[in-house]
Amino acid sequence: MQPFLKEFTKGLWKELPPFRLVLGLCPVLAVTKSADNGLGMGAAVIFVLTLSNLIISLVRHIIPKKVRIACFIAISATLVVAVELLMQAYAYPLYQQLGIFVPLIVVNCLILGRAEAFAAKNPVPLAIADGLGMGMGFAMSLTFIGGLRELLGAGTLFGKYIMWEGFQPFAVMVEAPGAFLCLGLILCAMNAFNHWQARRKGQDAPENPMPGCESCRACSHGK
Amino acid sequence: MEVFQLFISAIFVNNIVLAKYLGMCPYLGCYKERGVALGMGGAVVFFTIMATLCTWYIQKFLLTPFGLDYLQTIAFILVIASLVQFVEMFLKKMVPPLYAALGIFLPLITTNCAVMGVAILVQREAYDLKTSLLYAVAASAGFLLALILMAGLRERLDVCRVPKAMMGTPIALITAGLMSLAFMAFKGMIP
Repeated sequence: MQPFLKEFTKGLWKELPPFRLVLGLCPVLAVTKSADNGLGMGAAVIFVLTLSNLIISLVRHIIPKKVRIACFIAISATLVVAVELLMQAYAYPLYQQLGIFVPLIVVNCLILGRAEAFAAKNPVPLAIADGLGMGMGFAMSLTFIGGLRELLGAGTLFGKYIMWEGFQPFAVMVEAPGAFLCLGLILCAMNAFNHWQARRKGQDAPENPMPGCESCRACSHGK
Repeated sequence: MEVFQLFISAIFVNNIVLAKYLGMCPYLGCYKERGVALGMGGAVVFFTIMATLCTWYIQKFLLTPFGLDYLQTIAFILVIASLVQFVEMFLKKMVPPLYAALGIFLPLITTNCAVMGVAILVQREAYDLKTSLLYAVAASAGFLLALILMAGLRERLDVCRVPKAMMGTPIALITAGLMSLAFMAFKGMIP
């Protein structure tokens, strides 16, 4: 139980996917116009990530090392098709809102990165814990950014108006530049917090996390 | 005229990186030199056009006639992955100098959402083959433009004094936000 919990909780704070690992940024920027969309996308990613970790961990001894990336992609693509069909059946408005970013979960580096860095090396229960934790961390972060952008850009949260009367929304927050600025400022705050924490413990300040390549390791670039 | 409008719209107004958020990893990631950015961007242009061509035919003659539309995602990603693999093998055997220059980018292309994103976008917009290819050329040219602009900016950023917490990704994202803001101004060009 102890290692299971450890792998589960690391995704929720210590290795929070978009903010600490800086992985899979496309959907983080694209679908966070509202908290609803962020939550929906997050749920889809939890489903795909947990199941792909489970399956990859199950077959990790069978897959030849040379073609492993292709196998991981085939497995996650199958799961993404399942998600698409489920969303079309039960959450069609959300499916239309998320647009091409539902099929693009296939090429999200978070899925491949976790498959390569964790699921292909660890037993099934731990892989499930890792997938669940990372997926929930991702969903949390997406909902947070979505909520923030929605609140500042339209004054609403989950579709309900909650700001005071006469509040002037920053329209730019729900447009394209707002996503970049918002994520940049959140990452900056996260780094500042890390530095402060390290200084309090008397350690050297940690390096700021870099996007994609260094933390993903899904291809030859990360080595 | 329509062709021209599509071109301008795909490069500037609906830039694939700055307005549609595709291909973030290479855009924010590892490319700080303009030469490397040019190599990566060139590879993306080539594969986007090839992938759009292949997937358009697959959709038209395989998926739609047999009612297999729901397999679009899995078919497209497998086509792109094998395309990359074939080109890699071909270059390794036939054009070794080019392989030496572009080889490191090839594995990254499979997981680049710009390539797959354009292939899916042209299907959702139901473009015909000519328009699809034109869109692929324009969209990937927009990607190349954004990548080179960003690499140039980051070369400059390296010699600037940036607050410690802002170093690396945050300042890159803020720069991208300002670039995106600047590109929004092109909206007026399309009636």
